[in-house]
Parts: sequence; C-alpha cells; structure tokens
Amino acid sequence: MAGGLTFTAADSTKLATAEYYGKALCELGEQHPEIVALTADLAKSTKIGMFGDKFPERFFNVGIAEQNLMSMAAGMAKAGLVPFVSAFSVFTSLRAADQVHANICYQNANVKIIATHGGTSFGQAGSTHHAIVDFAIQRAFPNMTLVCPADGMETVNAVRAAYETPGPFYIRINRGFDRVVYDSTDYGFQLGKAQTMRDGTDITIIACGSCVFTATQAADFLKNADGLSVRVLNMHTIKPLDVEAIRKAVDDTRRIIVAEDHTVNGGLGSAVCEVVAEYGKGCAVKRLGWQDSFSTIGLHEDLMNIAGIDQNGLASAVREVMNKDFEADDNWDDEV
Amino acid sequence: MALTKQEWVALEKKAHELRTLCLDTTNWAGSGHIGGGLSCMDILTMLYHKHLNLSDDPNWEDRDRFILSKGHAGIAYAPALISRGYNDVEQLKTFNLTNSKMGIHLDSNKVDGVDASTGSLGHGISIAVGTALAARVQKKSWLTYCITGDGELNEGQVWEAAMAAAHFGCTNLITFVDRNNCMIDGRTEDIMALEPLADKWAAFGFIVKEIDGQNLNEIDDAIEFAKANTTNQPVLILCNTKKGAGIANIEDNYLWHYGAMDEAMYEKSKAELAAYHQARLVRAEREGS
Repeated sequence: MAGGLTFTAADSTKLATAEYYGKALCELGEQHPEIVALTADLAKSTKIGMFGDKFPERFFNVGIAEQNLMSMAAGMAKAGLVPFVSAFSVFTSLRAADQVHANICYQNANVKIIATHGGTSFGQAGSTHHAIVDFAIQRAFPNMTLVCPADGMETVNAVRAAYETPGPFYIRINRGFDRVVYDSTDYGFQLGKAQTMRDGTDITIIACGSCVFTATQAADFLKNADGLSVRVLNMHTIKPLDVEAIRKAVDDTRRIIVAEDHTVNGGLGSAVCEVVAEYGKGCAVKRLGWQDSFSTIGLHEDLMNIAGIDQNGLASAVREVMNKDFEADDNWDDEV
Repeated sequence: MALTKQEWVALEKKAHELRTLCLDTTNWAGSGHIGGGLSCMDILTMLYHKHLNLSDDPNWEDRDRFILSKGHAGIAYAPALISRGYNDVEQLKTFNLTNSKMGIHLDSNKVDGVDASTGSLGHGISIAVGTALAARVQKKSWLTYCITGDGELNEGQVWEAAMAAAHFGCTNLITFVDRNNCMIDGRTEDIMALEPLADKWAAFGFIVKEIDGQNLNEIDDAIEFAKANTTNQPVLILCNTKKGAGIANIEDNYLWHYGAMDEAMYEKSKAELAAYHQARLVRAEREGS
C-alpha cells in the first residue's frame, strides 16, 4: 500500500499538509479511473488542483458555489464515480450542510470531503474562515465517517482510508504546515483506532489534528518537570470513535483531558464525555478548545495559545486536573 | 416529429391511469401533494412511457437518469415508477404510513427506480449536472432528465446549478420547469416574482423551449428538440402547467399544494378526472397526425 509514495518526512519542511493530500489523491487517481475531483474556486488553496493538472477531464471547478459542489458530487457518486471534494471546512460544513445532509449522507453516497483550512489554521482570516463547529455538524450526520489527521503523513493514510471505505467521509486538514508527528505512513494507522503516542498512568490527553503534536510536547515536558506519566492518544477518527481506548483511559488513569481546535460543544470533547458518561465509572474530564466563544484574528500558533491547546495550555490543564481532589479515599473503584 | 394519433391516444390513456393512481394514493394516504403532483404528471408520462431508456432492472448501468427536484411530487412519481414495473402497486396503499417504503419524498435507497432522494428544494438540478458529467467522464451516452418546480426556483442553488450546466456544456441534461405558478403561500408572482422566467434561463445560457405542459404532443416535440440539440448549450423546457391539472375543483388553486379529501370530494374528483380525460382524448383525435 505504501508503494508509490514519492515523498518522505524530509519533504515536510517544504510540503504543506494539503500538498500531501494532493499527492495522495494523484496516486489514487492513477490507480482508480472512477475517482473525480471537485472544488469551488479553491483548486490552488486546497491543493486538489494537483489532481486537476494531472487528470483535467476528471476535474471540475464549480466556482464559488459550495452547495452546488456537494449536490453535484452526490449525483456523480450515485452514477458510479468516487468524487473527492475540497473546499474550506467552514463552508463544507456550514454553507453546504443541507446538501451534505440530504444528498450525501441520507443517500449514503460515496463522496469524500477533504475540508481544508480546518480549525483556526487560517488564523488571520478571522472567525468567518475558522471552522470550529465542523466536527459537531459532521459527527451528527448518520453514515458520516469523520477524521482529523495529525499531520501530512497521517493525511495520506486518511485519504487512502477514505477511498477504501464506502460511504460519506469527511477529512479535516489544516491550512499551511503542520508540525511533524509521523515521519512515514507506516506506523499502523487504523481507521477508528486511536494511536497511542505516549503511554502513561496518571492522566490521558486525547487529542486530534494539530493538538496531537502539542499534547506529546506537553507530556514530555510534564514527565521531566513534574515526573508525571501522561498518556497521549491521537484520536484521529472522531467517528466512529474508539470507545475501547477511552474506556481503557478511564480505567487506567481516571483523568482525561481532551484537546481540539474546535468549540468544546459537540466536537471530540463532547464525544469523549458521552463515552465516559455512558461507561458509568468515575472519571474527571476537562475539555480544551474554544470555550463556547468565537475565535479571534492571529497566527494559528497564537490562537492555539489563546484557546489553551498549545503545550503550555495543555500542561497547565494537566496540573490543574492532577491537583484537584476528586476522590476523598483515593479509591476510584467505588465510583461506579 | 409529432406524435401519431394512435400513439397520442395510448399515451393519454396512460396519463389518465397515472392521474387516477395519484388521486387514489392521496385517498389511501389520507392526504398528499396532489396539486403539484398532477401538474407534472404529463411530463412524467412522456418520460416513463416514451423517452426514458430503461430496462427491467432499475439499477441497469446504462439507463437514462431522472431526478425529481420537486421531491414532494413523490405522489405522482411513485405511480409513474410502478407503471414501468418498478415496485408493487400495493405499496401505494401504504404511502405515508408508518414504516412504509414510500412517503411524500421518495428515498433512493428504498424505492426501486429512484435515482436521487430529493425533498430539500433546489438541489435537483445540481445532482442532475453531477450525473450528466458522470456520463461524460465514463463516456456513456445515457441522458439525465430533471423536473424542477417553479416555486423552488427561489432557491439560490438552482442558479448555481444553471451556471454550471451551461459552463460545462451539459447537453446530455434535459431540464423541465413545472411552471404551475403556485407555491404554498400563494401565486409565485405574489410571493417572489419569477418573471421574466424564460429570459432568466436564456441569460444563464440555456436554450429555452416554452410549451403547454399539459399537452403530450408539445412535451414530446420539446424532448425531441432537446435530444437533437447539436449546440453546446443545454435545453430548458419551460412547461406552463396547472396545479391540480385534471380535477376542476382544485385546479390552479395554490391552496391545493397539499390537501386531504373526504369521500364525497374523492368521488367528485374521480368524475372530474374522467371528464378531463375525455376532453383530452378529443383533442388527441383532433390534433393528432
């Protein structure tokens, strides 16, 4: 499956995450003539144009019309093609929500939405261009699979998984460059299975997207500074969620912090809370992300700091949760 | 190439059969979108009994595609599908009932022969542009047909799709507007004016053919015209129709967007459909070649 990969981690300093997507899509396009690509005046920005340069007869730019974009893709899928659709995540999720709901998800149409400029990664553009509600929306749609890769290599795996998984599929990637989490695609990516980045016994950080890197940094820092054993899970697949890994975190660490570049309402944090609550065992959970507030203008790194999902924010949250006395007798087993 | 008298009369009988089935289904279901169903029944008749290239297998890969953008006309669409042998006629007796496969908006995953689940208005032409381009990518010669309502032309997405159909030169897409002049709250021109509608479509790059949408011969001519189109512009058939066509006591009345009938009204409507059919047969005999 890794055959044909023509780039390595060494390229990561030169390749934006979307460029990994573009390359992966071109590779798939070589092998599968039924793949078509669509965008809404974002061929260059989303890098889907790389596919268009290679396969112009299978590429459709519909102009600035995201609703038409999604419905057209649904029609193509129903007629036997496998459309990959790219636009900014804020518009794929909000402007075209009705079309994704009624034409793609309801029909279980085989459409792959690769939504770029996820979270607050288009920092300077401000809240109209920040996607901080897309997980909540896409997660609510029946039939939808939802993935938020940690970096470029994981994006390649996610794009391949999207092709191999029948039905609607949403991948959220960032604008620009991501910090490198994986130096190759061969690390055992499995759709629906969290990746353990650091094992630990004191507390678990569950993260997705750009928060995976900051979570590993925070874990390493806390190990050295506080002697804490912090487990870090890369929850790249938000739906279907790895329930088993979350329950294991409850059992093993009893403390969970969830980090996402998203509002704390309805996204990964909410999804984790649902699992914890239904599990019925005592566990302290703290959701980090945008606290029911709009984002602001700035560099993505600064915005992650403001939202408390950078290394410092995560380390502070871990210390706060570790220092709280949730259990008088220190016996968590009687909390069920 | 007009319909022969014999062909016309046979198609009139089919249209009457379908109108009757639509009325019966409204009666079985207790209520329904009979107004907007009947206004497009003649177009459906011409598609399902003359022009759509279909086989017994509703999933045949090379079939022509049909997208009902005005999805609420499922009560007319279902009888048309059944008359082509897709789905059992008995299913109409369960229309709208709990756990029925059929309801107001037909589901492509549940009802054989439905190429797209529609219902949210303004989506259909976009979906049809998608299937038309899919035929092109796969080098297939099948056609895509789409019926849109007139009220739903208020939706902005319709015009996104119109731009795309013209931009991509989708001449393998034939679009009908069921221009019955009615929407839920009133006449289209009172609620949100559409005129000059033909000019709007022309300005968006379509070749517009305006016809009487309750005349089978004119529908046939327009479809033949669209099929013979050698330009790179798609054809739009603007069908002037009447809401509730065939039932005098509901005809052209916007209040009959959705409604229920009691037994007396059902019987009266049935009689009116029969009289309407007779008048249409006389026209076919008179005007048919």
